Amino acid sequence: MIVVPCPNCGPRNSGDLRPAGEVVSRPDPATCSLREWREYLYMRHNPADWVTETWYCRGGCRRYFTIERNTATNEIRGQEAS
Amino acid sequence: MGKRPPKYSAGALIKHGLTRGDWPRMWRRPEMRTSYDVVIIGGGLHGLATAYYLAENHGINNVAVVDKGYIGGGGSGRNTAIVRSNYLTPEGVAFYDRGLDLYSTMAADLNLNVMFSRRGHLTLAHTDSALRTMHWRAEVNKLQGINSSVIGPEEVRKAAPSLDVSPSTRYPILGALHHPPGGIVRHDAVVWGYARGADVHDIHILQETEVLDIIVNGGSGPDGKGAGGKVAGVKTSRGDVSAPIVVNCTAGWASLISNMAGVPLPITTHPLQAAVTEPCKVFLPTVVVSGSLHVYVSQTDRGELVFGASVDPVGTYRVNGTLEFTEELAGHVLELMPGISKMRLLRQWSGLCDMTPDYSPVMGNTPVEGYLVDVGWGTYGFKAGPVAGETMAETIATGRNADLIAAFGIERFTEGDLVGEKGAAAVGH
Repeated sequence: MIVVPCPNCGPRNSGDLRPAGEVVSRPDPATCSLREWREYLYMRHNPADWVTETWYCRGGCRRYFTIERNTATNEIRGQEAS
Repeated sequence: MGKRPPKYSAGALIKHGLTRGDWPRMWRRPEMRTSYDVVIIGGGLHGLATAYYLAENHGINNVAVVDKGYIGGGGSGRNTAIVRSNYLTPEGVAFYDRGLDLYSTMAADLNLNVMFSRRGHLTLAHTDSALRTMHWRAEVNKLQGINSSVIGPEEVRKAAPSLDVSPSTRYPILGALHHPPGGIVRHDAVVWGYARGADVHDIHILQETEVLDIIVNGGSGPDGKGAGGKVAGVKTSRGDVSAPIVVNCTAGWASLISNMAGVPLPITTHPLQAAVTEPCKVFLPTVVVSGSLHVYVSQTDRGELVFGASVDPVGTYRVNGTLEFTEELAGHVLELMPGISKMRLLRQWSGLCDMTPDYSPVMGNTPVEGYLVDVGWGTYGFKAGPVAGETMAETIATGRNADLIAAFGIERFTEGDLVGEKGAAAVGH
């Protein structure tokens, strides 16, 4: 079990939230190429290390926030509302 | 070509028993050379099958299979050993059906009993929309000559009498996709069979050899890696090896290896948990799958029930089991088979799945010359192992992606040509 600290609701079981995956920067859809857009949609770094990722507090405050999680150990540090 | 490993037979058993002679090793532990024609990273089913077919079908045997741990220690030894070909996309059906063909003749081809039990496969439908998907799959399958049809609850009860088909349950069984050619195989034996077959062809199986980096020159990224580059070899924990072709068959760890070559992948790594019960008298004659309840179950020849589920929602490289999984699994299994409520779970485990956005694999050549991938195997890698090996070997030998895997190239993600495989086990209906 992973306990995820929601900035609003406090520590919650990961099952109460929805992981939205690692943070990727969104290119401007008006100016980027189709290739850049598809890379943004599909390509992921997927490291076995610390990763900044977005979570959605679906069972509580329904806000999105980011945390840093180590995908090799599931340790969590830092949080910020986004 | 055509070299066969020695047979295990009753005669050999008696001879060795009487003479107390040494049994030949199934595969050796060779010294690493400084150069190979092909280096395959990942000594699981896919890597070993690729090596075996390179030698058997194409006569290429200056090949090394390197693995960080021991062979078959990843997904190859952790899956639930189910094989079938009743997928949804025409590309998927053709591919997995060839895989099923290879499994049918594998025991004879590899001279090793892989215990293929063709016992039939039921995919249950609990809702109207699931039933609609089953009809869709059945028609796609029939069109390609696959034995697959939709049956009603009464026929489901006949095929698997322990299932509760009464209409009063929370998730009533409205029907099922019946696929008689499906079944289960002993997954460890498949790994050992390919390892032994590859060893007979003098292919080097290098265990406890970790790949630290892939050497790429002339690419557009940092250190000459990335698109447009050319592979020169790999750095391993046992020294450097030069090789013009490097193949990534590392499943859950695929992204880590691919990043070494500068080729990003559309993959996230998720654990999939499975569990097995204590053995009991054989009562379940077929494989039963429920997409809506996220569970699949089969009974091994030893009498244990093997359960699998869908992948955990949180991506991680950590493979520990969770109580949530066990609780949910038990609830769903008892929903289907209330009669086994007194059975005890023996153990649970988990393995890493390399999930792609469209539930189809990523195979073949990449923008880096000489670097090939056989990854993105998610929850369907075991049944595809032999055919993936065969087609990857053809791709390596000819330089162009084999016809059966033409739709699974990495370029489909940048060209927007995805192969949405909603027949995968991880997809709930």
